[in-house]
Amino acid sequence: MVPLNFYLSLSAMLFTIGVVGVLTRRNAIIVFMSIELMLNSVNLTLVAFSSFLGDATGQMLVFFVITIAAAEAAIGLAIIIALFRNKQTVNIDEINLLKW
Amino acid sequence: MIFEEVFFYILAAGAIVSALLVITRRNPINSVIYLVLNFFFLAALYLTLKAQFIAIIQILVYAGAIMVLFMFVIMLLNLGDEKQLRDRVTWKQMVAIGLSLAFVMQVIYIVGFGEIDGMDTISAKAAEIGTVEYIGKELFSHYVLPIEAISVLIVLAVVGAIVLAKRKLD
Repeated sequence: MVPLNFYLSLSAMLFTIGVVGVLTRRNAIIVFMSIELMLNSVNLTLVAFSSFLGDATGQMLVFFVITIAAAEAAIGLAIIIALFRNKQTVNIDEINLLKW
Repeated sequence: MIFEEVFFYILAAGAIVSALLVITRRNPINSVIYLVLNFFFLAALYLTLKAQFIAIIQILVYAGAIMVLFMFVIMLLNLGDEKQLRDRVTWKQMVAIGLSLAFVMQVIYIVGFGEIDGMDTISAKAAEIGTVEYIGKELFSHYVLPIEAISVLIVLAVVGAIVLAKRKLD
């Protein structure tokens, strides 16, 4: 049987890959996909704890996280479309309107 | 059983490799494809944890709906041939990668070794919890208020997406 530690370690690795993607990539859409990776790694942790503890709360939370992710993807991609229309780029180094 | 461990290692390796490919590909279309692959590996991992409903939702909603949205936007903006978007590696990025590696080492050192009390096998109740029936009952008894709130949020997201992506507000 695979112990809980393995799932938690895998989740930590996937989360870190997502963090590296957010910190190093300049394409706004790939940054966005890295955020999805991070959300998914947290989902893996929640499902693992839910199964090992025999408690449904973790899976409920995953259900809500997936819903939030769908809403976030819709809004975020709409923002990216609006940005691209105004700036003709998705490079996050050139999008510095709020930088002072 | 040795079979389960081998299966876990295959799925975990697939998930990590596809996640690495997501953040290293130049072409965003390739990234989306590898992200879908990553979601399939994660769905299979959920099945090894006996969470059937979440696994199906993962494929239907994540790999199906959300990723189609990404693909749609990338093709709409025609980002496929964006070669001038050079991701050059700066010292800041090297520091970021180093700190991330230190972070993952620490987390694995904390949670990756030794036994956690009473957590060496999947709970006997897990197969029952993962079914659509159990989750549906929980959602519409204990979690009625959250699910209503989340439906309001989805409506807000739909309206917000239309307002944001519209060319001009009248």
